[in-house]
Amino acid sequence: MSEFLQQLVNGISLGAIYALIALGYTMVYGVLRFINFAHSDVLMIGAFVGFYAAPYFPKDSFFGGIGVLIVAMIVCAIMGIVIERLAYRPLRKSSTLNVLITAIGVSLLLENGAQLLFSAKPRPFPQIFPSQALHFGNMVVSTNQIAVLVIAILLLGALQWIVLKTKMGTAMRALSFNPIAASLVGVNNDVVISFTFGLGSALAAAGGILYSLNYPSVDPYMGIMPGLKAFVAAVLGGIGNIPGAALGGLVLGVIETFVGGSERFSTWRDAIAFAILILILLVRPAGLLGKMQAEKV
Amino acid sequence: MKYFCAKIVSAVAAVAVFGMAAGCSKSPSNSAPSAGGGGGTAAAGGEIIVGEFASLTGKEATFGQSSHKGTVLAIEEINAAGGVLGKKIVHKFDDNQSKAGESATVVKKLIARDGAIAILGEVASARSLEGADVCQKNKIPMISPSSTNPSVTEKGDYIFRMCFIDPFQGTVMAQFAKNTLKAKRVAVLTDVAQTYSVGLATYFKEKFTKDGGTIVAEGNFSSGDKDFKAQLTSLKSSNPEAIFLPCYYTEAALITRQARDLGFTVPTFGGDGWEAPELVTIGGKAMDNTYYSTHYSPESTDPAVVNFVKKFKARFENEVPDAMAALGYDSVYFLVDAIKRAGGTEEPKLRDALAATKDFAGVTGKTVMDANRNATKPAVIVKVVDGKFKYDSTIAP
Repeated sequence: MSEFLQQLVNGISLGAIYALIALGYTMVYGVLRFINFAHSDVLMIGAFVGFYAAPYFPKDSFFGGIGVLIVAMIVCAIMGIVIERLAYRPLRKSSTLNVLITAIGVSLLLENGAQLLFSAKPRPFPQIFPSQALHFGNMVVSTNQIAVLVIAILLLGALQWIVLKTKMGTAMRALSFNPIAASLVGVNNDVVISFTFGLGSALAAAGGILYSLNYPSVDPYMGIMPGLKAFVAAVLGGIGNIPGAALGGLVLGVIETFVGGSERFSTWRDAIAFAILILILLVRPAGLLGKMQAEKV
Repeated sequence: MKYFCAKIVSAVAAVAVFGMAAGCSKSPSNSAPSAGGGGGTAAAGGEIIVGEFASLTGKEATFGQSSHKGTVLAIEEINAAGGVLGKKIVHKFDDNQSKAGESATVVKKLIARDGAIAILGEVASARSLEGADVCQKNKIPMISPSSTNPSVTEKGDYIFRMCFIDPFQGTVMAQFAKNTLKAKRVAVLTDVAQTYSVGLATYFKEKFTKDGGTIVAEGNFSSGDKDFKAQLTSLKSSNPEAIFLPCYYTEAALITRQARDLGFTVPTFGGDGWEAPELVTIGGKAMDNTYYSTHYSPESTDPAVVNFVKKFKARFENEVPDAMAALGYDSVYFLVDAIKRAGGTEEPKLRDALAATKDFAGVTGKTVMDANRNATKPAVIVKVVDGKFKYDSTIAP
């Protein structure tokens, strides 16, 4: 029983990270109807920004950790906006396929650029939050796992608030329904799209920092796997749907952990994650929470 | 082939030692001490081109770089002392980025374009296997400094290695678990994507169960995985007294660290794949009281080791050479020793001389080539104490 609970805790903390990353995919898809494959590499950049920023903040302190997180989020938000401006905006009128391929190009550029800049050597990610193991009977929960969950929930809440309660959020939703109509009623589409990319990239940075906190080794290719998994999570929950991305992330994290913990199938965990993607696309293409008339963004 | 010949002719320097080209272009005799080349490169005294393929970047870059530095140091020393048989050694090397599939390309290039007479490399068994296929086909001797999986030299009679093999290493760690750790119940976590890991795990399990121990749980993962909590939680429930991690340093550090996060405090131990500073930079405090087996310890008082450490530090900014560096260094001297005995670099004389090596005294101990072209030599156990690698004991073959 305690093993089951422990695996559940492991799974939820992994799932929370997937959920955060999945939110970025889902937001961009909601507004622009394309998958930003460079998202997973923005995550990697976020982790590297954290790696280089950490020495400038007090070590092992709560506020130092938050500081590193915020710096990484700001840097990545700016980067997301720049990427959109340079790579995607010129293609906005062309077909989705062109943009998709450009996204893959941007992704490769970031990976290989990072390898040139930082070298392919994996580096140890510093312990930016004070870390401790809490014992509940036989079960052990590290404060890092709790931090991941709390930060993920806070960011998710903030995102829901931005999308549903603010003017910018209303504009984002308007744009996702009909860009032309939105611009007719005075929405500045360029600003809204830049904002969406900035927000999504900031979430990717947060995901990158939290991921490296739990798995403290950063390298230029570290984003690929969590990025792909988060993409599966976003599709699983219903792409374009914010609570769906969160649910998809958690479900995927938990399933993966239980598969990984089984004696026979531990190496099948990635295969099963992608099998789920195929299954969902076959059976329920709109995802768990995705209904066609559901609120999109 | 026409293009090939033209290229060769234009680079007279390479021709001197390019055995393969003999069919299409008359090359100056190997033993001619001062066959002046018209090509313009520094070929005055004749050259011996030695190729090296290495993981200079990528995941196992720490190993690749170390081994490479050892190789560079040895070649520089030999050239400073006048070379081999009056010829300078030209060191051609290339990076395979620690990626699968790159090594074959790199080795083909070293042999066909650069005209290497022997190939040195690699640290990882999976990539040595790739290079070995190419070398065997071209009948160019390959010396792997530190690939410990048995299948590497099984590729053919031109493939050699400078290190002991996994069956021996697995046996040593099984004895160590039983005698020093006093463990009867051990869990094993294997990296199924690495030939090295799967092999080492198998030999460990064989010997350990034969000696009366029990493997209480087994888990698998693939290199590059970051989350091991799932596997560790299931291993923990079977209450092992130690965990054997036959993998490379990045994963070993991440696994041990996550085990400690889960309140799982039994010792972890592994093979020579652990030996890199990253083991403690990534693993931090979690790595204290862990053990691994390796080829050599820089703390040894053997004069050959002391001398090597001194020279290495002087050449590479005070860096202390690890086992990979020592093996890279030894592999060059092993090759040179054979070239001297063969009186040149002609095949199959050079191959036969390599195979006949007996009591070659390198910095990693006295080495004998066995019938399968594997080195037989002692193993060293290292303990991690306060983030430092301390010599623990030596286990003879």
